[in-house]
Amino acid sequence: MTITTNKNYFEIKRSGINTTFQDQGRGNLYHIGIPFSGAMDNRNYQISNKLVGNEINSPSIEFAFQGPLLKYFGDNINFAITGDVKFVIRKKNNVIEGSCYQSFTLENGDELDIVSTNKSVYGYLAVSGEFDVDYQWSSCSVNTKANIGANNGKKIEDTQKIYISKINKNLSNKKLNYINTKIENIRVIQGTNFNYFSDEGKNIFFEKEFIVSKLSDRMGMRLEGPKIENVVNTNIKSEGLIKGVIQVPADGNPIIMLSDHGTIGGYPKIGVVISADYDKLVQLTPGSKIKFKKVELADAETLFKLYDLETQNLISQI
Amino acid sequence: MIKNISNLGDAALYCDFGTEVNKEINSKVIRYFRSIQKENIDGINNLTPSYNKLIISFDLRKKKFQSIKKLIENLDITNDDELESNKIKIPVCCDEKFSLDIKRLEEKLNISRDKIYEKFFDKEFFCYMTGFIAGMPFLGDLENELQAKRLETPRVKVPKGSVGLTEQFANIYTFESPGGWNIIGNTPRVIFDSSKKNSPNLINPGDVVTFEQITKDQYDNNNE
Repeated sequence: MTITTNKNYFEIKRSGINTTFQDQGRGNLYHIGIPFSGAMDNRNYQISNKLVGNEINSPSIEFAFQGPLLKYFGDNINFAITGDVKFVIRKKNNVIEGSCYQSFTLENGDELDIVSTNKSVYGYLAVSGEFDVDYQWSSCSVNTKANIGANNGKKIEDTQKIYISKINKNLSNKKLNYINTKIENIRVIQGTNFNYFSDEGKNIFFEKEFIVSKLSDRMGMRLEGPKIENVVNTNIKSEGLIKGVIQVPADGNPIIMLSDHGTIGGYPKIGVVISADYDKLVQLTPGSKIKFKKVELADAETLFKLYDLETQNLISQI
Repeated sequence: MIKNISNLGDAALYCDFGTEVNKEINSKVIRYFRSIQKENIDGINNLTPSYNKLIISFDLRKKKFQSIKKLIENLDITNDDELESNKIKIPVCCDEKFSLDIKRLEEKLNISRDKIYEKFFDKEFFCYMTGFIAGMPFLGDLENELQAKRLETPRVKVPKGSVGLTEQFANIYTFESPGGWNIIGNTPRVIFDSSKKNSPNLINPGDVVTFEQITKDQYDNNNE
């Protein structure tokens, strides 16, 4: 249960654009219309927790583009930010330029200003303690569409307070040498309706560049570019979706389903982004170019194994 | 009973039960869904039954497509004659304030609103699936006379509780949401309640639903 009498807390001076509590997400609820949700970039989320000595699946604060400005009150606490993020720490007498993948200590009255992400979308803030959040179906992940998760299922708002309990007294600093790399191609497996599209449409999908549209959020990423022609039917009988599915509606512009996607949909599926490329995909900002590359299932499985090993390896270095 | 199993991406099975939308095929999907749910198979982290497909998502750290496929192919699916189902009555108020598209339907279908409501409230609906947004039930089947297409331009906001028709189906908007269904009324019943951990949905696949007309006063006095 939430402890509201806790003396350690952040006061939110500026909430940012889309700031929410996230963890590993919640499964086994697609059948009632609830998607996984959870941190969009799972690798960066897990690393944020490890840098402050938490379990890797603890709640973190996820922000997009502009992050929050938080004022801290309480006992000394460590925090870490992951992603590609510009932030500063304002202390009584000086300002410290922040750097990602490194823990810092906050003292009573310090301000943490998460100015913005650099050429990426999501960043993560973890603290060496427990955010006092509510869990639903064993996850605190906020799904604003169904108002599920921490903070009454809503974004973090201006002037609210975020309480922290069980601060870890061991404030040794941790650091990881890691630079987020950009991805050249997004690898996909052919979708179940691949043959709904004309030969030219199929070629366009794997040969041409698409641009990430501004109309992208935690639910989906819309793409613009050459139109993909459908020669069978622009609708299918509604059926289940998973994250990474690329649907093409009648207008010929692909939409990629992301972590808060609607659980069923009625547009043909041209492809599915492989699990290994999901963390990188979600970090592509509006205006970024995307090119899809076709891979087979066996390759996708191997690529995921490698990606997962790399993530574990990074975590074990901390 | 599954016609074909293929992969949807690298972490899901796409089980195809056919192309038709009817109770018989959907009941098979629901039987599989319920049986697999009961098995509690390690690594499976989501099941999505729909009209004639079942999608089985799994954790790629624990399982791979081929191993889950084998498991599903070798499952013993209970094939009782009758699918167990709850019977649920949903009150609906058709006051002008709520019946946003009744006039459009009268024109499109070329029948009076009285006739539309008479047929609608007379009908026993079968819940094919729930989803898109949390708890939204897809209920069928409407007779041909009541079948209309979606709005050409979807509404940006359909009010919570709205009851809508499209093609052979009726549904209920469990949240305020964008949408293009033809809205004929509104229910005060809570259809999705996330505080009910074990059964947040009032209506589940396989359930039988009837609608019951209520007055504006009855609607306003409903304190649920």
